[in-house]
Amino acid sequence: MTDTARTQTSKTSAMKRLKKRRAADGRFRYYGLSAILIALGALAVLIFTIGSQALSAATYHVVNYDITLDPAVIAPEGAGRPEDIARNVEGFYGLVRDNLLETFPEAAEDRASRREVADFVTRLAVLPTAQMVAKQPELVGTRITLTAPLNDDLDLYLKGQGVRERKLDVGPIAAIKGEVDGGYRVTGAGAFDAVVAAKAVAAADLPADAPEPSVLLTAGPSTGRLTEISAGSGHLELLTGNIKDFARLQSKARLIVALESERTISDQQIAWTLALKDMGRIERVPRTTLLTNSDSTYPELAGGLAAIVGSLLTMLVTALVAMPIGILAAVYLEEFAPKNRVTEFIEVNINNLAAVPSIVFGLLGAALYINFLGMPRSAPLVGGLVLALMTFPVVIIASRAALKAVPPSVRSGALAVGASQMQTVFHHVVPLAAPGILTGAILGMARALGESAPLLLIGMVAFVGDVPRSPTDESTVMPVLIFSWSNNAERAWEPLTSAMIIVLLAFLLLMNGLVVFLRRKYERRW
Amino acid sequence: MLQQLGQLPMGWLLIALIAVFGSAAFFLGRTRAERLLMSTTGRMHSRPNYHGYYVAMWATIPVLVIAFSYAAFGEMLTRGQLARELPSSFSRLSPVELQSYLDSVRLAAGSAASAGADRVFEAITNRYLELRGLVNAGTLVLLGLVAAFGIFWGQSRLKSDFRARALVENGMELVLFLCAGVAIATTAGIVLSLLYESLLFFQKVSAWDFLTGTRWNAQTEAEFGALPLFFGTFMIAFIAMLVAAPIGLFSAIFLSEYASPAARAWIKPILEILAGIPTVVYGFFALLVVAPGIRSASIWINETAIQLGLASEPILAAQPTSALAAGLVMGIMVIPFVSSLSDDVINAVPQTLRDAAFALGATKSETVQQVVVPAALPGIIAALLLAVSRAIGETMIVVMAAGKSARISMDPTSDLTTITVQIVSLMTGETGFDDPKTLSAFALGLVLFTVTLAFNVVALRVVKKYREKYD
Repeated sequence: MTDTARTQTSKTSAMKRLKKRRAADGRFRYYGLSAILIALGALAVLIFTIGSQALSAATYHVVNYDITLDPAVIAPEGAGRPEDIARNVEGFYGLVRDNLLETFPEAAEDRASRREVADFVTRLAVLPTAQMVAKQPELVGTRITLTAPLNDDLDLYLKGQGVRERKLDVGPIAAIKGEVDGGYRVTGAGAFDAVVAAKAVAAADLPADAPEPSVLLTAGPSTGRLTEISAGSGHLELLTGNIKDFARLQSKARLIVALESERTISDQQIAWTLALKDMGRIERVPRTTLLTNSDSTYPELAGGLAAIVGSLLTMLVTALVAMPIGILAAVYLEEFAPKNRVTEFIEVNINNLAAVPSIVFGLLGAALYINFLGMPRSAPLVGGLVLALMTFPVVIIASRAALKAVPPSVRSGALAVGASQMQTVFHHVVPLAAPGILTGAILGMARALGESAPLLLIGMVAFVGDVPRSPTDESTVMPVLIFSWSNNAERAWEPLTSAMIIVLLAFLLLMNGLVVFLRRKYERRW
Repeated sequence: MLQQLGQLPMGWLLIALIAVFGSAAFFLGRTRAERLLMSTTGRMHSRPNYHGYYVAMWATIPVLVIAFSYAAFGEMLTRGQLARELPSSFSRLSPVELQSYLDSVRLAAGSAASAGADRVFEAITNRYLELRGLVNAGTLVLLGLVAAFGIFWGQSRLKSDFRARALVENGMELVLFLCAGVAIATTAGIVLSLLYESLLFFQKVSAWDFLTGTRWNAQTEAEFGALPLFFGTFMIAFIAMLVAAPIGLFSAIFLSEYASPAARAWIKPILEILAGIPTVVYGFFALLVVAPGIRSASIWINETAIQLGLASEPILAAQPTSALAAGLVMGIMVIPFVSSLSDDVINAVPQTLRDAAFALGATKSETVQQVVVPAALPGIIAALLLAVSRAIGETMIVVMAAGKSARISMDPTSDLTTITVQIVSLMTGETGFDDPKTLSAFALGLVLFTVTLAFNVVALRVVKKYREKYD
């Protein structure tokens, strides 16, 4: 304490350093927190994007057609047996198309419009009705309501996801005059102010030589294309409906910036869709077909039933092979194995197998099961066996942990009253470890359920339109179906793929929920 | 008659027969033992159930052997005989063509749909069915005889002092051992199948060219220089680790050193959800959100750089699928592998080390950085190695989001291909097993297996060494 001045300076510098160190301490904590937040944020973004996409695919639009089942079309001479009716897709489809042509007489005028109206519904969409009529032949000749899903692009349009449009309010229309070229001149003071303004905004983003964007004017069931727009007047070319509606009803304008030639749907199809909607013939219903239909090349008809059944069959094979082998192997290693080189080698193998990339198991399956043993490609049997090889190390590791947790006093007690080693293990230790073994096995199965890479290599990626009936039928599984759908180009597959992902995640959640339940109910602390 | 036998669902039938024989043998054995129990004055060595199991063992094990050899060789036997009986004109077909012809015969036989095809095909299908019926009938008769003999033999050995339990337990232990041996068999199967097909491949393409060649064009030109694939694989794994290592490590440090027990109990399982999501879902996410985002971001960077005069032409490739997209998403997937294992090893560092550091006046972050992390370093390195091995072997994310062009490019926004992507695209085509394309997939698989195995072995070694230090 002789040199007070020096202590003073060292104190201030120490204080300074301490402040710095504390700041560094705070920063370090903040790094950790932000790492966690980034990881959780990524999970949230993933689930939110896929969930919101899936939500939009959870419902879809169907169109109702009131058709008379004309016997001459449905069951013509010599083709009236139920199986002929069920196969008569063309006849039913013809009735639907005629119904559309009746609703929109303007579509019958030329071949191009006939094709455009035919796009509304795919041929195969009438198949369920055909099968229903085949089962109830008394319906032939009566009037029924046939419900068929709307074309996927128009469905997306109605959901506001396909073609982008801006809805604009239009002022009252005062006068409509017919013009020479088949169109009409619609006028009203300041009626199209909003349209002119919106067009100016849209034009700013487009190159100068871009064609005019489409403007559709809708009043009730009637729609026309609006051109030569000024604030107070425009030229209206009627696409569907009655021109008088525009005088009678409140009109709405739709500005569609995307060029008609670059869209999958035309102005005419939009006009018809809006008309059907206005007539109350289009409904938005839950997409139950996702779980009841099998794969299709048309997104509005595609479903995952075949893949779900394929997954269940594959899991059945996996469970029947991996669970007994895994559990028995764990019992051996934990309760019987002498400590020697063979045992050690087995353990090293198990630990390494649990970390081998899944695709290597696919190569093994292709070489061993398909090439060497000549098993069928694309079959749940082979898929299940491949996944079983992948799953059983997981089952072994989990089962061993569960067996290890059973206290030695249980074994000693059983041995003391004269049970043999085998009796001790199978009558006392294994039943006590069963909940733990089961949860481990279920977790292994959950991993196998989400696996797709090895199954691609044994041909389970093929298009499968029929529900597999046995483990040797051609089949696919849910994750592989998700992969195939994500490769499809059409825009409508995206939400559908997300919906299928949610179905898969629901299965996984169910299995994990079961694990949590088993743990809560049976977990025992020794 | 024989043809109908040929259409028997043998798989189900065999399983059912084994179950029937087994339970019948069990009941016969037990009944006999019970009768012995009534008639003898002394005590029996084993309880009647064990006598039942003993007889069941004799009934089922030989039958199982027959059933397995039927499954393995029955079809081969039928085909061999059929091929010998084929008209001489068939000898012009190559083995592969003959194989696919016989495949279609088998398919037609299974569905009984040979009607309408040409007469030769129909005749061959019928003959095939006859031969298979013969094999089936032979198997079933043999099965019945062997099972009956087994039951008879087992029954005849039952006596009051017969040590049935000991024998049954020995047999059971053998079964348990064989189950454990499946692990060795699987590893052996992987190594043998990869090695066998790879050796076939290396007879056509030299191993040196394969490992060091820089041109990969397996689909069209039969160029098999795998260096671009190795580059792509490590590039994407590197990007993934750039994401996963800091985030996983800092998460683990925060969870074990800073978070309250309640927060930890919530956050840890949620982080582990990331490891439970199927990889195909990550792949879809990468394709749907991340890849387009990276593409537009790199286009923006290109435009800005050109506007600012920093570059005269686009710097980044800005492709629709990119190494960066796949790597980022893979990084997210790998986070829990890093964080969970690191968390465990950080927790295993004895509290006394921390207390000593605090006593010397270290702040919490200094303690973590200079005491805890160095003490846990071997475990952390092991966690990182396991994560790298996971990233190298990951398939679906790269198949969906990384692209297919084999090139060596340092630009992360260009599309790169990986070992796993090429294995999938080579194996999903309709090519036979003697095609170098298919064989090259096995050579790639061998490289992948060796590399991941090396990472795992090193990681496990490191962990083992570390454990010995503190226990």
